[in-house]
Amino acid sequence: MPRLSLDVPAIDVTDLRKRYGPIEALAGLTMTVGRGEVFGFLGPNGAGKTTTVKLLLGLARPSGGGGKVLDAPIGDLATRRKIGYLPELFRYQPWLKAREVLTLHAALMGLPGNRRGPEADAALGIVGLSDRADDTVGKFSKGMQQRLGLGVALLGEPALIVLDEPTSALDPVGRVDVRGIIRAAAARGAAVFLNSHLLSEVEQVCDRVAIIDHGRVVASGSLDDVLGQSETQIRVSGLKPSDLPAIERFGPPTLDHDTLSIRPMAGDRVHELVALLVKMGAQVHEVRSGRGSLEQRFLELVARDRSMGGTPSGEHIR
Amino acid sequence: MITIALLTIGETIRKKILWVLIALAVVAVILTAWGVTLVMSAARQAGTSDLQIKLGVSQVLIFIAFQFDFVLAMTAAFLGSPAIAADLESGVAQAVLARPLRRSSYLVGRWLGLATVVALYAALSGLLAIAAVALVSGYTPPNILSPVAYLAGQAIILLTFTIVFSTRLPAIAGGAIAVVAYGIAWLAGVLGHIGIALGTNGLVGVSDLARILLPTDTLWQGVVYGLEPSVVIATIGQAQLAQGNPFFAAEPPPTAFVLWAVAWIVLALGLATVLLRRREL
Repeated sequence: MPRLSLDVPAIDVTDLRKRYGPIEALAGLTMTVGRGEVFGFLGPNGAGKTTTVKLLLGLARPSGGGGKVLDAPIGDLATRRKIGYLPELFRYQPWLKAREVLTLHAALMGLPGNRRGPEADAALGIVGLSDRADDTVGKFSKGMQQRLGLGVALLGEPALIVLDEPTSALDPVGRVDVRGIIRAAAARGAAVFLNSHLLSEVEQVCDRVAIIDHGRVVASGSLDDVLGQSETQIRVSGLKPSDLPAIERFGPPTLDHDTLSIRPMAGDRVHELVALLVKMGAQVHEVRSGRGSLEQRFLELVARDRSMGGTPSGEHIR
Repeated sequence: MITIALLTIGETIRKKILWVLIALAVVAVILTAWGVTLVMSAARQAGTSDLQIKLGVSQVLIFIAFQFDFVLAMTAAFLGSPAIAADLESGVAQAVLARPLRRSSYLVGRWLGLATVVALYAALSGLLAIAAVALVSGYTPPNILSPVAYLAGQAIILLTFTIVFSTRLPAIAGGAIAVVAYGIAWLAGVLGHIGIALGTNGLVGVSDLARILLPTDTLWQGVVYGLEPSVVIATIGQAQLAQGNPFFAAEPPPTAFVLWAVAWIVLALGLATVLLRRREL
């Protein structure tokens, strides 16, 4: 299989739009995903994540915009040879054995006959199903079917791996396995497009993320870009709202019941703040300092987007 | 396309559909042979002439073919209606169609696999039934292969018809439509025969239109024609009343009509491909 140059993006789309009747599922998506990159695509249910995946794979046609996947127009038939895909609704012929599902996909992707068996066995090994290779898929649990789907997506070392909610049916052990598999795929140069609403998962494996809601990008960039600056939270008693102006030199403070939050605020000044609070007669019970979680940021961004009725479309993700 | 066709044939084997069909064919053939034996012994006891026995057996064979034709049509509808719909509904198609596989190849592959199974079933059952009847009665139709081919052709047309609906409708809806359409086409054929017998041109016109829209009934004429003894055709073939009988055919389907049936299948597959291509997954 010819290798693409590393400087050719795996995904490069501009103003991609999709409309289903009156519903605008995707309202102008512009993004670039590089080779060897793990890209997290986040959004609440119905945000347009799966629609994006289907457009990238040619399973649905865009209503507007366009772009390239692995340097070919999106939906290009021959390029699908180099793409592995785990659908959100992972269903495989229940009457086939696990190995047969993989050899079928190996045949469909055009692998020569003598490579299909070894590739299928390798994929089964990666996803931990070697000992179930000769069991029919209909007997598999959902988690095992999802592992099989991951094996199908990894078959033949594709240049782009598109995973739509890849751990939705997996137990914690399975989730850890998947993170390892994703990292290994990226290490060999594959781009991984990870569609998920499991933010901890994304946080642990992705190099860059985009958050979409209502078919629009509400934030994008590296995890540092999206999560923003550090925040300090202090559980405190004896502090009055009238004391807050004195704290503003550390950053903009907010007081919610007994929690004082200052964001942004660098962690190296926490001891100064605590000293000031004590001097002001407040009792400090707990201090937390650091970057907010992706989940917090995600909720903030989605809430902000909804209150504003959506951000302008076509934000470039890079 | 060939990969999908082989997968489809494998599916009918794994799901035991093929084995059930073969078992049904064997049971039907045993019952046919037994029935014809009873008819033969009763007729000989009554002193019926050999010619009359031959006529009787040929009619029994045509009735058996009619029953089998119905079973085959139902089988085709049963196999064809979920062929695409079930894959789309379950999500199996999403993984398959994300591969470098044209939707037309997927659809024609599914059709080819099922058409092969249906044709094999028709050939096996038809030839076994003819052989069993020949064994117990000594009657062999003048043409063995053509009635079997026409039977298979009918089933493949109905299979194609259901696959068109399978691209857009749930399996059960497509299957129901196919069964009803098949019934209407057969009824239109019967009305056409009555129209010929009574000399009613309007009825004949409606029947001809139905035969063009779903060309199953005219192929049935080919089944009947191939199973009849040549003496019957020569003796009563020109009688108007005989032409009004749906279990009698004075001549095989016109070549132009057979060609139309083939073109109909190609056009229907083309339509199904367009419908599937336009469908968002």
